[in-house]
Amino acid sequence: MIELNSNIPAGPVEQKWDKHRFDMKLVNPANKRKYDVIVVGAGLAGASAAATMAELGYNVSCFVFHDSPRRAHSIAAQGGINAAKNYQNDGDSVQRLFYDTVKGGDFRAREANVYRLAQVSVNIIDQCVAQGVPFAREYGGLLANRSFGGAQVSRTFYARGQTGQQLLLGAYQALERQIALGKVKMHTHAEMLDVVVVDGRARGIVVRNLLTGEVTAHSADAVVLATGGYGNVFFLSTNAMYANVTAAWRAHKKGAAFANPCYTQIHPTCIPVSGEHQSKLTLMSESLRNDGRVWVPKKQGDNRAPSQIPESERDYFLERKYPSFGNLAPRDIASRAAKEACDDGRGVGPGGLGVYLDFAESIKRLGQKTISERYGNLFDMYQRITDENPYQLPMRIYPAVHYTMGGTWVDYNLMSTVPGLHVIGEANFSDHGANRLGASALMQGLADGYFVLPYTIGNYLAGVKPEKVDVTTHPAFTDAVRAVKAQGEQLLNIKGKRTVDSFHKELGKIMWDKCGMARSREGLQEALVEIPKLREEFWRNVNVPGSGASLNQSLEKAGRVADYLELGELMCRDALHREESCGGHFRVEYQEDGEAKRNDEEFAYVAAWEWTGDGQPQRLHKEPLVYENVKMATRSYK
Amino acid sequence: MRLTLHVWRQSGPNTAGKLETYPMDGVEADMSFLEMFDMLNDKLTLEGKEPIAFAHDCREGICGSCNMMISGQAHGPWKGATTCQLHMRAFKDGDEIWVEPWRAKAFPMVKDLVVDRSAFDRIIQAGGYVSVNTGGARDANEILIGKEVVDESMDAAACIGCGACVAACPNASASLFTGAKITHLGLLPQGQPERDRRALAMVEQMDIEGFGHCTLTGECQEACPKEISIDVIKRMNRDYAVAAVRYVEPKETAGAG
Ligand SMILES: Cc1cc2nc3c(=O)[nH]c(=O)nc-3n(C[C@H](O)[C@H](O)[C@H](O)COP(=O)(O)OP(=O)(O)OC[C@H]3O[C@@H](n4cnc5c(N)ncnc54)[C@H](O)[C@@H]3O)c2cc1C
Ligand code: FES
Repeated sequence: MIELNSNIPAGPVEQKWDKHRFDMKLVNPANKRKYDVIVVGAGLAGASAAATMAELGYNVSCFVFHDSPRRAHSIAAQGGINAAKNYQNDGDSVQRLFYDTVKGGDFRAREANVYRLAQVSVNIIDQCVAQGVPFAREYGGLLANRSFGGAQVSRTFYARGQTGQQLLLGAYQALERQIALGKVKMHTHAEMLDVVVVDGRARGIVVRNLLTGEVTAHSADAVVLATGGYGNVFFLSTNAMYANVTAAWRAHKKGAAFANPCYTQIHPTCIPVSGEHQSKLTLMSESLRNDGRVWVPKKQGDNRAPSQIPESERDYFLERKYPSFGNLAPRDIASRAAKEACDDGRGVGPGGLGVYLDFAESIKRLGQKTISERYGNLFDMYQRITDENPYQLPMRIYPAVHYTMGGTWVDYNLMSTVPGLHVIGEANFSDHGANRLGASALMQGLADGYFVLPYTIGNYLAGVKPEKVDVTTHPAFTDAVRAVKAQGEQLLNIKGKRTVDSFHKELGKIMWDKCGMARSREGLQEALVEIPKLREEFWRNVNVPGSGASLNQSLEKAGRVADYLELGELMCRDALHREESCGGHFRVEYQEDGEAKRNDEEFAYVAAWEWTGDGQPQRLHKEPLVYENVKMATRSYK
Repeated sequence: MRLTLHVWRQSGPNTAGKLETYPMDGVEADMSFLEMFDMLNDKLTLEGKEPIAFAHDCREGICGSCNMMISGQAHGPWKGATTCQLHMRAFKDGDEIWVEPWRAKAFPMVKDLVVDRSAFDRIIQAGGYVSVNTGGARDANEILIGKEVVDESMDAAACIGCGACVAACPNASASLFTGAKITHLGLLPQGQPERDRRALAMVEQMDIEGFGHCTLTGECQEACPKEISIDVIKRMNRDYAVAAVRYVEPKETAGAG
């Protein structure tokens, strides 16, 4: 049975990280090259970690299923990255970013981690600028900032609407430099399908080459997963099509506890679904809420054109309900308010599943040129998809699945319950509690990769001897390779009647209806019957064409959907057991005046689930959350 | 709407390929071009045939994965858009559409519409970075950069590495891609120390990879989904020429101290 030990250093929260850095064991510089480290994933978290560890002298191998590290899902992040620089002199500080993040997460994050995140946030901006990331600037040459939801200060750094792209290219270039220097061995088109555990420690991975189908094993002294989030379990989400849970899930089955799986973020401003053919949803960055006003008609079923609806007949519901944060209320709250308006029959557009995000007033106040400078690429994107011009008509938006706060459980050192297996970026559960604030995922990914893991992994490695394992003969490796090959063959041999996507869509619909924006005991119980049934049918009736010996995108997808069919069930079980509402987890039974009602007495803990075998329910472990610095209070944005 | 698709099918790098014809029915104007391919692939799967391999991921024009030559145009008829951003309302009932992979010696064939673009990574490896290790960077606001400069740099940095420029170029040159990186870094103060070295190494790598020479035909900037201007190539040529004259490899000084 696993044991949770968060390993939070003693002492006041402001001193924990500094003290820990001093207390941690160091690996002698000359010895670092004797240690092999495997990094799976090269998004913001993986690329920054791989590059930094290589700079420090470790022998790094990096694996991605993409054709290039530059294609990771991080590339799509639009709005920005937070840092407590206080360049705007508006009262920001490490303390305030810490406080906002703990409160934004609805008191379900670990204080010590969040404080460290706020501390290193300032170094991230320095590092990225040194790499040549072209953050937006003022005329005088200083860095510009914008505001994001859940904060009353302006601390978000951005590069037009392409912040993720520019940050990832910075990390990617640092990584390519280490590849050129021979310090990182890069494996592209390489999908990790298992973690190998030897004598209780993570000692390697099994990988399938997506072009040739070859399955190989790789050993190391430590393994790092930086494999991103699992929002695509819902089929429709803002995530890139290939983002998936497989790496984290296979690690879960090898002993890594999975924490808070039900904490998913539904982003309020996405382009609504247009039809059955829809393959993914497109985000309209939260930064738009700086200048756009959200509204619906006051009257139900009012289908006049927006310009025909006079001011007095509009309900600017965020401004009305949350006067002090207005349109910049946090995501979970803004999404729920939009859903409420639509459920009340006041939604706009096809099926009444939409609300307006209106720029008319800002365009009047600031001029079209300024608005186009700020958001031009987003407006273009919107127009291409919807064929409507947002300079003239308000945008129509609706909430969509966007981010997963849950993930692999890690301790303060970012190590999972499997010694040697570290997990960083969106793949871990660590810093955002039950709701992530905008522009904080990029911050966390780079904090983990540049400034936290490269230290903490040294502490682990200093305690183990560098030693090679022969992957061709060691039974842990040969068994794992055999199992991976067998699964591929099994999928190809079913030759059933339904496509992989049809299963994925059906699962997604169950998840969205029953484990989405509002969850009920009844719905979750139904889902817990439906998902195992669907999984059973999948393994009997899926049709995976082609062979395993070349590029086969259906086979890749089938393996990922097989994992979603297990993850989905765990998410519902987690959501059912958490009999409270907090952040993105809204249980209809637990509310007060339409706002989430937390239950700190019984649920102020991290739920970490342990795999106990195929077809068995996972075992729940609890890590209590202790708040010594921020007083637990009902979250209010009114 | 009804359409006729002619799609390049090739089972692997060493086999012969050919265009296959697929009649399509029920295509909706709101679908993206790739959603139409999803529809076709679903149909092929259910008919027991192998679906068409194509590269894609973000489906919002930023990852640079998707790459289709659509009736002779890289990424199709919409200006400033990738294949995944193209929507079917760009076409009308009865249209015939030809879909082929990027074709260039430096982009070897993988399967169907998928080609290998790893040459781009190696061009970046040659020098498309600023050599700074993590830690020790000075405060970000100590480096002042005028808004105009950073905006121009960002215009070039917007490159998504899709390779449309190569596919559209009659010489299959990678100059727009390489010039974009040289311009992004070369405009910024942080990029100055390595500017000469970078230009020489990246241009040389471009040749090693087998990309063609640029004759400034301008097809690349027409095809570029990020509308990167051919000015970046002029800048690259200038940086290269200057560096070729003045750059001297630093002497090995190990042990000198
Ligand atoms: C549209 C959009 C906009 C966003 N905007 C913002 C924003 O403005 N600000 C903000 O802070 N956050 C934003 N986010 C969230 C943020 O982008 C992500 O949380 C973050 O980029 C995740 O980074 P990562 O490094 O953890 O993972 P990813 O970038 O998802 O990278 C995962 C990596 O793992 C690899 N991988 C995964 N599984 C395997 C496997 N089995 N084998 C091999 N390789 C594997 C992939 O190849 C990839 O390299 C946005 C998200 C979306 C969807
Ligand atoms: S799929 Fe990412 S750019 Fe088209």
